[in-house]
Amino acid sequence: MSEEVKAPKKEKIPRQKMPEQDPQVRRHNFNEVPYGYTPELAMKEAERCIQCKDPRCKQGCPVEIDIPGFIKFIKEGDFEAAIRKLWEKNSLPAVCGRVCPQEIQCEGLCVVGKKDEPVAIGNLERFAADYQRLHGRDILPPKAPPTGKKVAVVGSGPAGLTVAGDLILKGHEVTIFEALHAPGGVLIYGIPEFRLPKEIVAHECRYLERLGVKIEVNAVIGRTETVDELLERFDAVFLGVGAGLPMFLNIPGEHYIGVYSANEYLTRSNLMRAYDFPNYDTPLVRGKKVATFGGGNVAMDAARTALRMGAEHSYIIYRRSHAELPARAAEIHHAEEEGVEFLFLTNPVRFLGNEDGYLTGVECLKMELGEPDASGRRRPIPIPGSEFIVEIDTAVIAIGSGANPLLTKATPGLALNKWGYIIADPKTGKTMKPRVWAGGDIVTGAATVILAMGAGRLASNSIHDFLTYGW
Amino acid sequence: MFEIVEREEMAQGTIISNWVRAPKIAKKAKPGQFVILRANETGERIPLTMADTDPERGLINIIYAVVGKSTALFKTLKVGDAYLDVIGPLGQPTHLEKVGKVVCVGGGTGIAVLHPITRGLKQLGNHVIAIIGARTKELLILEDKMRAASHELHICTDDGSYGHKGFVTEMLKKVLTENRDIGLAVCIGPVPMMKFCSQMTKEFGVKTLVSLNPIMLDGTGMCGCCRVQVGGRMQFACVDGPEFDGHQVDFDELTLRLRSYLPEEKLAYDRFKASLGQGCSHKS
Ligand SMILES: Cc1cc2nc3c(=O)[nH]c(=O)nc-3n(C[C@H](O)[C@H](O)[C@H](O)COP(=O)(O)OP(=O)(O)OC[C@H]3O[C@@H](n4cnc5c(N)ncnc54)[C@H](O)[C@@H]3O)c2cc1C
Ligand SMILES: Cc1cc2nc3c(=O)[nH]c(=O)nc-3n(C[C@H](O)[C@H](O)[C@H](O)COP(=O)(O)OP(=O)(O)OC[C@H]3O[C@@H](n4cnc5c(N)ncnc54)[C@H](O)[C@@H]3O)c2cc1C
Ligand code: SF4
Ligand code: FES
Repeated sequence: MSEEVKAPKKEKIPRQKMPEQDPQVRRHNFNEVPYGYTPELAMKEAERCIQCKDPRCKQGCPVEIDIPGFIKFIKEGDFEAAIRKLWEKNSLPAVCGRVCPQEIQCEGLCVVGKKDEPVAIGNLERFAADYQRLHGRDILPPKAPPTGKKVAVVGSGPAGLTVAGDLILKGHEVTIFEALHAPGGVLIYGIPEFRLPKEIVAHECRYLERLGVKIEVNAVIGRTETVDELLERFDAVFLGVGAGLPMFLNIPGEHYIGVYSANEYLTRSNLMRAYDFPNYDTPLVRGKKVATFGGGNVAMDAARTALRMGAEHSYIIYRRSHAELPARAAEIHHAEEEGVEFLFLTNPVRFLGNEDGYLTGVECLKMELGEPDASGRRRPIPIPGSEFIVEIDTAVIAIGSGANPLLTKATPGLALNKWGYIIADPKTGKTMKPRVWAGGDIVTGAATVILAMGAGRLASNSIHDFLTYGW
Repeated sequence: MFEIVEREEMAQGTIISNWVRAPKIAKKAKPGQFVILRANETGERIPLTMADTDPERGLINIIYAVVGKSTALFKTLKVGDAYLDVIGPLGQPTHLEKVGKVVCVGGGTGIAVLHPITRGLKQLGNHVIAIIGARTKELLILEDKMRAASHELHICTDDGSYGHKGFVTEMLKKVLTENRDIGLAVCIGPVPMMKFCSQMTKEFGVKTLVSLNPIMLDGTGMCGCCRVQVGGRMQFACVDGPEFDGHQVDFDELTLRLRSYLPEEKLAYDRFKASLGQGCSHKS
């Protein structure tokens, strides 16, 4: 197939769109929104990459995937080689292809994007991983001979899964301890099915188990066992417990029935499958008018979940404007297509309820944008006298999360910063407590999947050095 | 899997006791702590206090009232069956200390939660007065265990079928009046009972512990569903509690939030009862 590739009169190929469910159909179901590329579409998109010698895209990738390398294999139709290339740097490509903010990472730097739309690197990554999962040979990477060393990984989010996957291949024994009844962290309890099918996360966890990783669910470290007890049985401990502490607005009326933290709303619908109540036993209020507060991925997920749970109106109430929305561009676009209604420059001041305790509305203030604040975004300032009421029966608070103190309080010797996050060396993940490493959201605060994986990678290298050479 | 090794029906089958194999939890658990259980893959995560433990045999004891779908499902589990998930020990243990004279008040299944605390207070050398109550004689549980765990035991039934006729609050008033030296009250039972007991002890200026049972999900402080107002501050019952100062708790808000899913709970329970009915007629 190589003869025409170099043809000079090659036509410019536009960025290939992934086929998707129609917005009016999908807003009523929990099936995944994009269907993914066919092999033909993927190969066509791969041709758009000009195979830069010094690829800028790679600089934008927190785990430095050889992007032109894997794309070249897709172009050539060698999908197994493509996935092997991805696996060299990224153990969860099916996840990252779906949830990474590519527009500010690899794709944001892609040279093709200067004049045209950038190469769809995320879509291609997703394709390679899906193809392998659905059609590929059942291949496992080679494992180093057993070292006899034992590592405990606390938390099974992307950080913990990465550490486990890295260290098992290096010949160490690895056990993951997870507080919930299913592994995957935010990937399983937070990010909805229609964006990241749970089967994909389960597949990744099964893959680790086939490599020999033991996964112990229902293990709340700090309660069921302490870190110090783990240190008696294991040579090293990695803490990847995430940023699992919900933030509330701290305004009057947050106790009314129908007011949820995003963690609760999403955990009920994802982990507990409340969308399938009563076939599943866990309920969730099926609001007709739902307001979600916040503007990140979590808020988009909640607002889109509300539509699927039967909401007639699903509002996103955000105190800044469209330009400042921190969510992935694709999620904002999907939310808009599905009919989520955005109320920008709006801030809630109190919830209203009836005598039976049910939420009936939220009083808000209009805002205007002032000078940039510490985050570089323009600070919203309330406009006096601009109060108005939005009628709602359900509210989801998605304004961020903090450090959950359950484990850190029960672990003497860890140093924490003033917000309660664990202090760890950014290059190695080493904490102040000997033989204990940490990484992911519990160190950085709520961030992204790929940054948690990157932190896991650094920590696993450091743990391996420690177990091998003693430093 | 967490196997049920002993099972007992109490209070005419409305309350069930299970001894469940959970060695790690049994070793760690302290009075006042709870576990979260799930019966099967489609099940809810249900919080239940550990009424007792046997660390040697690796067992924990749960005692629950059958009040809805999930507890009715638990009731169908026989010896040899297993819970799919048991998570714990969760929550803060009761802060047991020697204060001198204490009164422990329990209503309904609250008595099961109260028992290990009562026993612990007695072991520390306190003089323990216990008051337990139920609607009627047949529904009263753990009388013998509570008698052993206390120095004085008062029994109340709403209908007078056993012990004193009347609510535990009335007996509490009598006990507080006659024992001005009581330094601590522990009141555990239905929300209205805890509310009225707390009002009563406040009049007498006696420090009071109550154990709150808001709806929970993860039990690790991750979701905020169990939030309660205590002294005007938001607290998460699963990690900050479940025991709180009864004089500070906003019981009305708790009552209200416990009603969050009434229609769903009824639907689920009715469906389940119908399916059980079918199952029975099928067999016969
Ligand atoms: C709704 C939602 C949508 C998101 N969307 C995106 C997105 O589109 N793109 C993106 O890049 N990022 C997204 N994020 C952020 C991303 O998911 C997180 O940054 C990432 O998952 C952090 O990984 P982690 O491994 O540090 O922790 P987590 O994924 O939070 O996992 C931590 C795990 O540790 C467990 N744990 C906690 N305490 C204990 C304990 N004491 N003992 C045992 N186990 C414990 C938890 O149960 C959990 O399973 C989203 C987050 C949310 C909530
Ligand atoms: C920390 C804690 C300890 C508890 N200990 C005991 C105990 O030792 N013995 C006992 O009999 N009961 C105990 N409970 C209450 C018990 O969890 C509920 O009775 C049970 O969840 C009811 O579930 P259901 O499906 O059978 O009934 P449902 O039909 O769901 O509900 C019946 C009632 O129980 C309450 N409830 C429902 N779901 C929950 C939930 N997830 N968490 C808490 N309450 C809920 C509701 O207010 C409802 O009105 C405890 C609760 C908490 C929070
Ligand atoms: S920058 Fe764009 S064109 Fe260049 S290698 Fe990366 S993906 Fe290909
Ligand atoms: S049950 Fe989720 S925070 Fe308490």
